[in-house]
Amino acid sequence: MAATNADPARGEARQDDRLERTSVFRRILLRPEVGALLGAAALWIYFAIVAGNRGFLSMRGTASYLEVSAQLGILAIAVAMLMISGEFDLSIGSTIGAAGMIIAILSVEYELNLWLAMLVSLAAALAIGFINGVLVRWSRLPSFIITLATLFVIRGLTIALTRLETGRTNVGDVDEAAGYDSAKRIFDSDVAIFGGNFPISIFWWLGLTFVATWVLMRTPFGNWIFGSGGNEQAAHNVGVPVNRVKITLFMTTAAAAWLVAVLQVISTTGADVLRGTQQEFFAIIAVVIGGTLLTGGYGSAIGAAIGALIFGMVRQGIVFAGVDADWFQVFLGGMVLVAVLINRYVRARATRER
Amino acid sequence: MRIVSRLLLVLLLATGSIATVGIATAQDEQDDLRFVVVTHGQASDPFWSVVQRGTAQAEQDMGVTVEYQAPDTFDMVEMSQLIDAAVASNPDGLVVSIPDADALSPSIQAAVDAGIPVISINSGSDSAAELGLLTHVGQTEYEAGLGGGQRMGEEGVTNAICLIQEAGNLGLEERCRGFTDGLAESGGTVENLVVDLNNPTEAQQRVEAALTSNPDIDGIMALGPTGAQPALLAIESAGVTDTVKLATFDLSPEVLQGIQDGTVLFAIDQQQYLQGYLPIVLLTLYQRNGNTIANDILMTGPGFVDASNVDQVIELTEAGTR
Repeated sequence: MAATNADPARGEARQDDRLERTSVFRRILLRPEVGALLGAAALWIYFAIVAGNRGFLSMRGTASYLEVSAQLGILAIAVAMLMISGEFDLSIGSTIGAAGMIIAILSVEYELNLWLAMLVSLAAALAIGFINGVLVRWSRLPSFIITLATLFVIRGLTIALTRLETGRTNVGDVDEAAGYDSAKRIFDSDVAIFGGNFPISIFWWLGLTFVATWVLMRTPFGNWIFGSGGNEQAAHNVGVPVNRVKITLFMTTAAAAWLVAVLQVISTTGADVLRGTQQEFFAIIAVVIGGTLLTGGYGSAIGAAIGALIFGMVRQGIVFAGVDADWFQVFLGGMVLVAVLINRYVRARATRER
Repeated sequence: MRIVSRLLLVLLLATGSIATVGIATAQDEQDDLRFVVVTHGQASDPFWSVVQRGTAQAEQDMGVTVEYQAPDTFDMVEMSQLIDAAVASNPDGLVVSIPDADALSPSIQAAVDAGIPVISINSGSDSAAELGLLTHVGQTEYEAGLGGGQRMGEEGVTNAICLIQEAGNLGLEERCRGFTDGLAESGGTVENLVVDLNNPTEAQQRVEAALTSNPDIDGIMALGPTGAQPALLAIESAGVTDTVKLATFDLSPEVLQGIQDGTVLFAIDQQQYLQGYLPIVLLTLYQRNGNTIANDILMTGPGFVDASNVDQVIELTEAGTR
C-alpha cells in the first residue's frame, strides 16, 4: 500500500506504522455508521422525491416516521451495546409485552399508583435481563439459544398469567390510574419545535443514543464492552470482568424493552399480551444496518440509532409512497442484505489497511 | 469506496423499482380521489384477502385510488403508526378496522380532527359513533356470536369450545361472550381456547388435546377459517366426527367444502367483501356528492351458510368475492 511507505520527497526514515496519519476521509469511512448514514440520506432523498407532495416532508409525516424510529431505536441502542460485547438478546420483544402487561394489571386491576407499577415492572424486566445474562454465562451456551428459549417462556407466561388474572388478553383504562397525568407528561407528550408536534419518545431516543455513545467511547466500561466482544479470553486475561459486563448489558436491553413498554402503555392507555412481537428481530436489523458486526467487537450506538431511523423511514415511507404494506418485508430483507454486504466490505478494509 | 457507492446505487435502484410498482398503479387512475385503508388483517389471512379484493374492485368501479395497509403482526402500536402515516399523507378518506379502540383512538381521532372522513369496518362498531366516524360497515360481534350460540343450541350442543385464533382481539372476545350467552339459552356451557393462527399445526394439537382431555365436549365454534381448519383436522384425528359438531365464523374454500361434506355444520358469514367495497363507494359519494349514511352501523352480517345454500356460495368463493 502506498500509504505505508514514508514520503520519499521529504526524505524521512520509514515511520512506525502505528504513528502513521490516516487521512480524515479514510478515518470517517472506517466508522461503522457511515454506510448507514449514507443509506439514510439516500432513502430520505428518495422518499422526498416520490412522496414529498404526499406528506412525507410535512411535520406530521416526519413526526410519524421519527416516532417509529424512536421506539425501535431505544431498543436498538441497547442491543447494539450487547452485540458489540458478542451476545444476542432475542427475548426483548416478549419483555415489552410482559413489562407492559405488569404495568397495566398493577395499575388497573390492583389500582396501584402508575409510577409504582412502572417501578415494579422495571424490577421485573431487570430480573429477566439478569436471568438471561446469568444463564448465558453459567451454561456457556450461545446467547442466541438461551434468549430464544426465554423469548417463548416470557411470551407464554405473559399470555397465560394475564388470562388467569383478568380472563382477557388486553387491559385498558390505564389513563384512570393515579399518576397517569404526570407519566403522560414524561412519556407521551408532544414537543413543539420547527412548527410541528414531535412525540417526546424521539427525545428519549436521541438522549439515550448520546449516553450510550459516551459510555462506549469515553468510559472504561465501554472499553470492556469492545474487549469482551473482540476477544473474550484476552479481555479476561487483562482483567476485564467479562461476566459483569455481559450481565449488565443483558439487563440494559431488558431495561430498554421496559422503556418501550412504558411509552406504548402510556400512549395507548393499555397493554396487550402480543405487544413487541418481532421487535427483537427488527432491533437486530437496525443494529446490523448501523454497521455493528454480528461477531462482536465492532460497532456503534449511533449506527444503531441511524439503523432505526432507516427502519422508520421505510416502514412509514411506503405508506406515503402509496405502496401496499405487502412489500414492506421485501424492502426490509433487501436492506439487511445490502447492509451486511457493505459491512463485510468495511470490515475487510478495516482489518487489512492498518 | 467504489464498491460502497455501487452498493448504495443498487440499494437505491432496488427500492426505486419496488416503489414504482405502487406508483405506477396509482397513476393509472384518472380520478384524483385517494383513499387509504388500514386494517389489522395480514395479507396471509384468506378473510382479509377478500376484503382487499372488495377495495380493489371498488377502486376500479369508482375510478379512485385505494391503498391498502396492514401491520405484519397483530400489533396495535404498529397499526396506530400506520394510521398516523396515512393521516399525514392527507388522503381524501380513510378506512380503518378498530380491533382495540384504546390503542387506536388517538390516531383515528387525529384523522377526524384533520377533517379526513373516516369509516370503520369489521371491528369497532362500538367506537365508530363516539369517534365521529361517518359510519361503521360490518357485523356486530356480540349479536353474531349470540346467533351462533342459539343455532348451536338448536342443534343439540351442550358443551362447546369457543376457539380464539387471535389472542388480544377484543372483537373475537365479544363473539365468544355472545356465543356463551346464546348457548346458555338452551342450557349449554362454553369454555374458551386460544390458539395461534400463524401456527396451524400447533393449533390442531391444542384442539385435539382439549377434545381428548374433555370427552363431554360436543361442539366447537371457531372464530374464523384459520381456526376452523385446524379444528376440523383435530376432530378427524381424535376420531370424534360423529359426536363433535363444528361451526365457524367466516368462509373459506375449506369451510365450504366441509359444509358440503357435512363435517362443518354451518358458517356465520359477515360478507366481508362488502366491508372492503362499500366504504370506498360511501367515501366516493361523500366526496363527490356530499352523501352520508344515517345509520351508525351498516350491517353486513350475520348470515348463515349451511347445507341449503352452500353450492351457490361455493361458486362465488372461487371467484374470491365471498
